[in-house]
Amino acid sequence: MLPVERLERLKGWGGAVDATAYVYRPSTVEQLREAISTARETGHTITFRGAGRSYGDASLGRENIVIDFTRMNRILAWDPKSGIITCEPGVTIKQLWEYTIEDGWWPPVVPGTMFPTLGGVLAMNIHGKNNFNAGTIGEHVCAFEFLAASGAEFHVGRETDADLFHSIVGSFGMLGCFTSITLKLKKVYSGDLDVKVFVAKNLHKLFEIFYRELPHSDYLVGWIDGFARGSGLGRAVIHRANYLGPGVDPTPAKTLRVPHQNLPETIAGIVPKSMVWLFLRPFTNRLGMAVVNTAKYWSAVIGPRKQFRQAHAAFAFLLDYVPDWKKSYGSGGLVQYQSFIPQEHAEETFRQQLELCQKEDLVPLLAVFKRHRQDSFLMTHAVDGFSLALDFKVTEENRSKLWALTERLNALVLSAGGRFYMAKDATLTREAFRSFIGEKALHTFLELKRRFDPQGLFETELSRRLL
Amino acid sequence: MEELARDTSRAFVYEADVRNFDGNGEVALLFQRITHDLGGLDLIIYAAGILPAIDEHEYNFEKDRATLETNLLGAVAWLNEAATRFEQVHGGTIVGISSVAGERGRRGSPAYGASKAGFSSYLESLRNRLSRYGVRVVTIKPGFIDTEMTRGKPGLFWLISAQDAATYILRAAERGTGTAYIPARWRLVTGLLKMIPSFIFRHLPV
Repeated sequence: MLPVERLERLKGWGGAVDATAYVYRPSTVEQLREAISTARETGHTITFRGAGRSYGDASLGRENIVIDFTRMNRILAWDPKSGIITCEPGVTIKQLWEYTIEDGWWPPVVPGTMFPTLGGVLAMNIHGKNNFNAGTIGEHVCAFEFLAASGAEFHVGRETDADLFHSIVGSFGMLGCFTSITLKLKKVYSGDLDVKVFVAKNLHKLFEIFYRELPHSDYLVGWIDGFARGSGLGRAVIHRANYLGPGVDPTPAKTLRVPHQNLPETIAGIVPKSMVWLFLRPFTNRLGMAVVNTAKYWSAVIGPRKQFRQAHAAFAFLLDYVPDWKKSYGSGGLVQYQSFIPQEHAEETFRQQLELCQKEDLVPLLAVFKRHRQDSFLMTHAVDGFSLALDFKVTEENRSKLWALTERLNALVLSAGGRFYMAKDATLTREAFRSFIGEKALHTFLELKRRFDPQGLFETELSRRLL
Repeated sequence: MEELARDTSRAFVYEADVRNFDGNGEVALLFQRITHDLGGLDLIIYAAGILPAIDEHEYNFEKDRATLETNLLGAVAWLNEAATRFEQVHGGTIVGISSVAGERGRRGSPAYGASKAGFSSYLESLRNRLSRYGVRVVTIKPGFIDTEMTRGKPGLFWLISAQDAATYILRAAERGTGTAYIPARWRLVTGLLKMIPSFIFRHLPV
């Protein structure tokens, strides 16, 4: 029997899925092993959870044991000469960059928020707005220590154990957990990036600008107005950001300090950041978001600031500008539907997706467009192509309609040879998962699962839904 | 019950005697197993209850004990588990099926009335303890419902089917009503009954 006082109600980051679970927060590998034994002895499964920043059900395990890694958050070794750092899995992206930036090092790949843990980002093999040239986070990890269900720890190097490395990274907590992670950071010569804003008046222009800018961009991201129709369908604001070379920034010692990176405490100088979600609430509906999207587009068109310097954190962690922004979506939460489409079909598929959403009257309140490249991870989400991430507000009334819409969107993605991303997913079906992963990769994956977790101890709500 | 389990893939049947609460945490163990199998718990309804036939001059401790153990102590054993859990996770609904029979100490069945009065009071305490955690506790006070317990008994009126009663109970659970009389007109009747002074009540044929 498990102690009732460990019961907690956990949510996926999107807030649309929740689960009660018995939560264990080990601070050492020894305690981690004990929690695994407890699960085995009491006949419960184990779900690994970092900061709980996956949108869907990837870190949830109903009425079973959830191991939360947030206390295993020590930085174990740091070499400011080589930029190589070794951390426990509960170290967050925020902890990481705040620790290293003054030495002139920045995480080579970061998601849109700084709160995920390294264990989490590696389990999902996350990407950022620089995926097309930096790849996923896994490509910057040199080695990690890994704990399997037996309690045995393995050292896995990217070069020395290439097959195993590329199978474990991105395996969404199914094979075991990381106990320490060593990665190489990116050398930066300024705390600022050179940011340039472009405007695309429709989807085709968006692709044109991306193809034109990609060769000389470090980061590139498009914000699509999902409400624009007809000839303006897919109109977007594009942000390009480039690192500054050595000597360009006259005061690097100043810009490379944490206070320079910090996001402003107030928005528009008046509204405290922690309150902004409240002000957004009236806008998270059809009319409101149509207004916001239109305003965003036109302010970029007529705005005076087309090129400027912006701190790394301010550019990278846009989601963190508004703490608890998801609360503005109301109690039903949100789902983010992100699909990755090979470049030859991307424009057509995204056009169809946007049109389908409009036709079904389920318009995404936020739509983000990015360029990706292929990689050699077994359970990869990446393709040589583009991705479109669509944020949908979930309400009691639209829930079943929304889930039905995602099935129709899935059909478009699969027929274009596209892929999906476990960090975001909340709606995928078993059939769609099998179809995009492919029988061969799935077979290899399930063999590894039998090897590292023969009793099937490691499960999540996501794995129960898809595997 | 077993038919229900066969019919739908989301129904589970467990056999347990609610009077079996002395064992070493058996209730807690089964409770955890059930919540595990269900993948969570949003609503629990305590519907166990007996009303053994006793005549006006009968004082039978075994029957009374069975009544109190089934209707009250079993409820406390099971709903304590639910209360602990719901307080911990800040949510959930507890429904207890008490009875209008607990409102006054009638001549007919002293232990039954006492068990229901005790149960109603226990549920009210739970409600007062747990409302601050977002947990809802609903006391159901049915009148006469057409079940094996009442079948063939004299003096029944306003009889409703178990199906209708279930519908009312679920509705009350969804609304989170504090106390729901089923059907609602019993609220008026018991309100009047409670106003009758004891020295008159003892002479009434109820």
